[in-house]
Amino acid sequence: MSMIFGVPTQALFGQLLLGLINGSFYAILSLGLAIIFGLLNIINFAHGALYMMGAFVAWMLLTYVGLGYWWALGLAPLVVGIFGVVLERVLIARLYKLDHLYGLLLTFGLALIIQGLFRNQYGVSGLPYAIPPELSGGQRLPFMFLPNYRAWVVVASLTVCIATWLVIEKTKLGAYLRAATENPTLVQAFGVNVPLFLTLTYGFGVALAGFAGVLAAPIYSVNPNMGADIIIVVFAVVVIGGMGSIIGSVITGFALGLVEGLTKVFYPEASATVIFVIMVLVLLVKPAGLFGRTA
Amino acid sequence: MADTAAIDVAPIAAALPTRRDDKALHRMIFVGIALLLIAAPMVLYPVYLMKVLCFALFALAFNLLLGYGGLLSFGHAAYFGMASYLCAYTAKSLGFTPELAILSGTATAALFGLVFGSLAIRRQGIYFSMITLALAQMAFFFSLQAKFTGGEDGIQAVPRGNLFGVFSLADDRAMYGLVCVVFMAGMLLIYRIIHSPFGQVLKAIRDNEPRAISLGYRANQYKLAVFVLSATLAGLAGSTKAIVFQLASLTDVHWSMSGEVVLMTLVGGMGTVFGPIVGALVIVTMETYLAQFGAWVTIIQGCVFVLCVLLFREGIVGLVAKLIRKPL
Amino acid sequence: MVGRLIGSVSLAALAGALMMGGASAQTNVKIGILGDRSGAYSDISGEGSVVAAKLAVEDFKPAEHGLKVEIVSADHQNKPDVGAGIARQWYDRDGVDMITDGVTSSVALAISQVTKEKNKVFIDTGAGTADLTGSQCTPNTIHWVYDTVALANGTGGAMVKRGGNTWFFLTADYVFGQTLQRDTSAVIVKNGGKVIGSVKTPFPTSDFSSFLLQAQGSGAKVIGLANAGTDTINSIKQAGEFGITEGGQALAGLLVFSSDVHSLGTKVAQGLVLTEPFYWDLNDQTRAFSDRFSKQMKGNSKPTANHAGVYSDVLHYLKAVTETKSTADGAATVAKMKSIPTDDPLFGKGTIRADGRKIHDMYLFEVKKPAESKGEWDLYNKLETIPGDQVFRPLNEGNCPLVKG
Repeated sequence: MSMIFGVPTQALFGQLLLGLINGSFYAILSLGLAIIFGLLNIINFAHGALYMMGAFVAWMLLTYVGLGYWWALGLAPLVVGIFGVVLERVLIARLYKLDHLYGLLLTFGLALIIQGLFRNQYGVSGLPYAIPPELSGGQRLPFMFLPNYRAWVVVASLTVCIATWLVIEKTKLGAYLRAATENPTLVQAFGVNVPLFLTLTYGFGVALAGFAGVLAAPIYSVNPNMGADIIIVVFAVVVIGGMGSIIGSVITGFALGLVEGLTKVFYPEASATVIFVIMVLVLLVKPAGLFGRTA
Repeated sequence: MADTAAIDVAPIAAALPTRRDDKALHRMIFVGIALLLIAAPMVLYPVYLMKVLCFALFALAFNLLLGYGGLLSFGHAAYFGMASYLCAYTAKSLGFTPELAILSGTATAALFGLVFGSLAIRRQGIYFSMITLALAQMAFFFSLQAKFTGGEDGIQAVPRGNLFGVFSLADDRAMYGLVCVVFMAGMLLIYRIIHSPFGQVLKAIRDNEPRAISLGYRANQYKLAVFVLSATLAGLAGSTKAIVFQLASLTDVHWSMSGEVVLMTLVGGMGTVFGPIVGALVIVTMETYLAQFGAWVTIIQGCVFVLCVLLFREGIVGLVAKLIRKPL
Repeated sequence: MVGRLIGSVSLAALAGALMMGGASAQTNVKIGILGDRSGAYSDISGEGSVVAAKLAVEDFKPAEHGLKVEIVSADHQNKPDVGAGIARQWYDRDGVDMITDGVTSSVALAISQVTKEKNKVFIDTGAGTADLTGSQCTPNTIHWVYDTVALANGTGGAMVKRGGNTWFFLTADYVFGQTLQRDTSAVIVKNGGKVIGSVKTPFPTSDFSSFLLQAQGSGAKVIGLANAGTDTINSIKQAGEFGITEGGQALAGLLVFSSDVHSLGTKVAQGLVLTEPFYWDLNDQTRAFSDRFSKQMKGNSKPTANHAGVYSDVLHYLKAVTETKSTADGAATVAKMKSIPTDDPLFGKGTIRADGRKIHDMYLFEVKKPAESKGEWDLYNKLETIPGDQVFRPLNEGNCPLVKG
C-alpha cells in the first residue's frame, strides 16, 4: 500500500471525501450569508440559529404531522424562509439606514432569543432524527465505507449551490439582484421594487440555512445549540473567501472542508483551529480575502 | 447601500463638544461615584458590588474602542479571559502577590491585544468584528487545551493573598477597597484618554477616516494604539475579577462573554463616558436576580439587545444626556 | 426576588402542620438547589433536581422530626463565577444551610471552596471530577452519585472481563477527556486488556466521521468514547451511520446519562455499553419514585441518576440534621452524615467515606434493541452489578488531605 506522510493513500482518499461532506455544510451556510450580505449589507448572526431551526422543523414535521424527511427537505426551508421574511419586514428593515454594526447586534439578539426559546421547549440533550430508509446503508468503496446519506449530502448541496449560482448569474431576476447590490437607488429608479427584493433575498438566504439544517438533522445531534458553534467557523470561512462573489463563497466552503479533513488525519488536535489559522494567514497576505474585490 | 449613511455611534458625544462647565459636571459625577462606592457596601452585598465594578471596568474599556474608536470588537472576552487566567495562575502556582498577579494578567492582555489588533485592523466594519470574533475563538480553544488553564475545571481556589505582601485581602471589605481603587483608576485613565489630543484624533478617525488620513494622521497606528489600550484595560478588569472570585474559567474567554460586554455598552449608551457603568450595573443585576428564571435569562438578554437596537440606540445614559443637553 | 418567593412557598403546608403541633424546639433548614437550568446540562439537572428535592422532603416528613424545611433554587448557567456568587450570597444573606446538585465540574469546585470558607454543607451530585474527593476535598463537601474514576473502572473493567480486550479511544481534547482516557486505560491494562490507539478530537466537534474511520481501521474490539454531552451524542449517531457496531466493534460510552440515550433513541444507540449508578426501571422502588417524579415534569421525563442523587442526599442530610439539631456547623453535620450509614429506596444501603465519597453499587448497562424496547424510556438491559467497594477509587489513592496516610 502506498503511503503519503505515513498515511495510507486509500485512507487519505476517504478522509478527503469526508472533508468534502463537511465542506458542503460550510458552502451552503456561507452562500446564504454571502447573498444576504451582498444585498442587505447585514452580517446575519442569526444564521446559525436558523440552521438549527431548519433541523427542528424537520423533527416537528415528523413528530407532530407525520411528514418524513423528503417532505421536510422542501417544507422546512420554506417555513424558515417565511420566518425570515417576517423577521426582515418587522425588524431588520428598520436598520438599513444605520451603520452595519446595528444589523450585527440585532441579529445577535435574535439568535439568543431563538436559541433560548427552543432550549426552553425541547431541552438540550437533543432529539432523535433517523436517516430516511431510502438512504440508509452505504457503499463499500475500495478505500472506505461511504454511507449513502453522506453521498446524498454532497450531491444535494452541490446542486443547490450551482442552481443558486445559475439563477443569480444567468437569469433576469439575478441580473436585477446583482444590479441592486451595486446601486440600489438606480435600480429603484428603473421601477424595480427594491424593498421587496431585499425581503425575498433575506428569506431565500435563511431558507438555505434551513435547508442545511434538514440535511444535518439525521447525522448531527438535533439540539438548540447546534448552530451556535458552526456559525463562528462559517464567519471565518466568509472572511477567508471575502464575500466578493457568490461562487467564491461556495468554493471556499468546500475547500476549507477539505483542509479540515486533512488536518483530522495529520494533526487531529488542530482541526478545530485550522480554519482560524488559515484566516490569519489569508489576512496577512491578502486582506480582502481570496475572492474579495476591495479591502 | 448603508455605505452612505453616517456612522451614528456616539451621536451625543459627536454632536456636543465638551465645554468647560461640562468638565465641572463630570468632575461632580466622579465625586458622586466615589461617594456612592464608599456608601454602597453598607446597603448592598459587597461581592455583588465587586462583580458590577469588574464588569463596569470591562465595559468602559470596551467602550473606549467602540464608542471612541468606532471599532466593534466581538472578541473582547479573549483579553478579559486570558488576563484572568494568567492572573490566577501567577497568584496560585507562582505565589505572586495580588498586585503583581494583576499586573502580569494585564500585561498578557496587552500582548494579546497587540497581536490580535494588528491583524484585525487590516479590515474595517463588520469584517473587523468577524475577525476579532474568530481570533477570540482561537484564544478559547487555546484555553481549553492548554495545561495550565485546567481545561473545563478552570483554575480554582486562587488565594487572594496579601496586597504588597502586607495587607490581607481575605476579608470582603478589604478586597472591595482594592477593587474600588482599581476601578476608579481605570475609569479616570479612560476619561483622560478620551479628552486628550490622542482621543480627539481617534474621534476624527471614527467620524471620517479618509479625511483624517488626508490630514496626515496615520489612522492605523491610532487604531492599533486604542485597540491595545482597550485590551489592556479589559485585562485589568479580568485580572481583578480572578482575584475577587478566586477562580478563572472558560466562561471568561467564551464568545458569549464578548456578547455580554457589547450588551452592557449598548444598554448604557455607547460613546458616553458613564454609559458602560450603568449598563454593567443593569446587566449584572439582571443576571443575579433573574438567575431563578433559568433559560429565560438568555431570552431576556436577546430581547434587550433587539429593543436597544431598534428603539433605544442612545442607551440609558445617552438618553439622559439628550434630555439635559449635556455630554455625559 | 420573585423567584425566591415562589421557591419558598412550596413547603408552607408542611410548616403549617408543624405549627399546629406546637413543637417548641424546631430547627429551620434551608436547602439550595444550585444547578444548570438553561444550558448543556439542564436535562440531567434543572427543574428535575428541584422536583426530586421536594419529593425527598415530602417523604421525610420534617414536621415529625422537629424540622422546618425550605427549598430555594437558582441557575448557575454553568459559569463558576455565577455559581460561586450565588453560593456566597445564599450563605451570607439568605440563610441557606446546604447546597446540592452542582452539576458541571468547574462550578462544583468553586461552590466547594465557598462552602468550606463559610463552613456550610455542599453535596454534589452532578459533577464528574474526582478531584472533589481527591486533591481538592474539603470537610464540608460530599460527592454523591458518580465520578469519572468510577465510570472508567465500571465500563473499562467490565468490558475487558466480557472479552473486549483491545481498545481505541476517541478522546475529547481537554483535561476531562484526557483524564477519562488515562483512568480507563489503567483499568484496561490492569485487567489484561490493551489500548491499541487513540485520537484526540477537538472540543466541541460536530463531525466525528473522520475519527470513527480511524477507529474502525484500527480493528480494536471496543471503541471508548472519552467525551460527554453533545460530543457523545454526535459520535454515537455517526457510529451508527458508518456501521461500526454492525461491523462487530462495540461502543463504550464513558460518560452517558439516560437522558442522552433517550435523545438518541434505541435505534441509533442500541448495543452501547455504559455505567450508571441508577436507572428508573431497576426495581419496584425506583419505578414508584420515577412515576411520582414524571408526573411533575414537563414531557413526563424519567429521573436521571443526578435527580435520584438529589433525592437521596436530601433525605440523608435531613436525617443527620435531625440528630445534630442544628445546622450552624457545616463540618459537624457532614461528620454526622459520614458516621451514619446511608439507606434510601433509590441507591439502597451505602456509606460515606472520610474523603467525602459516597459509596454505592453501580451497574453496567447495555442499550436495548428497538425490538426489545417497549416505550421511549425503556432503554437499558442490566448486564452486571458492580459492587461499590470495587468501582470507586480506593481511599488512599486520591491524595485527599483529610485521609491520613
